[in-house]
Amino acid sequence: MTGPLDLGFDFDLRDVITSVLVLLAAVMCFAAGVGLLRFPDVLSRLHAATKPQILGIIAIVADVAVTNPSVGTITLALAIIFFQSLTAPVSAHMVGRAAYRSGHFRADTLLVDELKSASDTGTGPHTDRQL
Amino acid sequence: MIVVVVIAGLLFAAGAVGAVWRIIRGPSALDRIIASDVLVATSMCAIGAEMAINRHTDTLPVLLGLALFGIVGSVSAARFLASRDDT
Repeated sequence: MTGPLDLGFDFDLRDVITSVLVLLAAVMCFAAGVGLLRFPDVLSRLHAATKPQILGIIAIVADVAVTNPSVGTITLALAIIFFQSLTAPVSAHMVGRAAYRSGHFRADTLLVDELKSASDTGTGPHTDRQL
Repeated sequence: MIVVVVIAGLLFAAGAVGAVWRIIRGPSALDRIIASDVLVATSMCAIGAEMAINRHTDTLPVLLGLALFGIVGSVSAARFLASRDDT
């Protein structure tokens, strides 16, 4: 796990794992920034915003757990991943619902609008319009 | 290793600048909420990258706190924007 392999140069496996995972998370954050700049409306920007929130955090926390493998570190890493993956969809759901109900999305980019019949007249399954 | 650190720092900085630009120029408040979430996630990734590169675990509880309470602002703002949005 830690000893230098015989490849002709100094080769530490932990440095390689750290480099790969840190670069993966950095690419995720960069992709989120580019997506926030270039995507047209709120719902597509939500798609871009999810990348560092889940994949970047998982890469970084797995990186910390691999480079410092103790019981406390791995427990905290699992707790961080668990709570992040538990709370990020909640905020994304609330923001997406607010975007739909306040009209901040481009209807011409949607292929199917399944909420249209349910949210217009109250004839759908959602009859109480009070949020 | 220093090459990896420089490249990762530039990519983190570029992502954060994109999020800040969307906070400044966002046409609605929901865009600013999403960009704030991305800025928090980028900060978490940068803190964790510093931990992984320097091989310590001192700021791991900071990541736990951010993962727990990072949604409070965005959920509350989105919940009160859902009925009436003036932006």
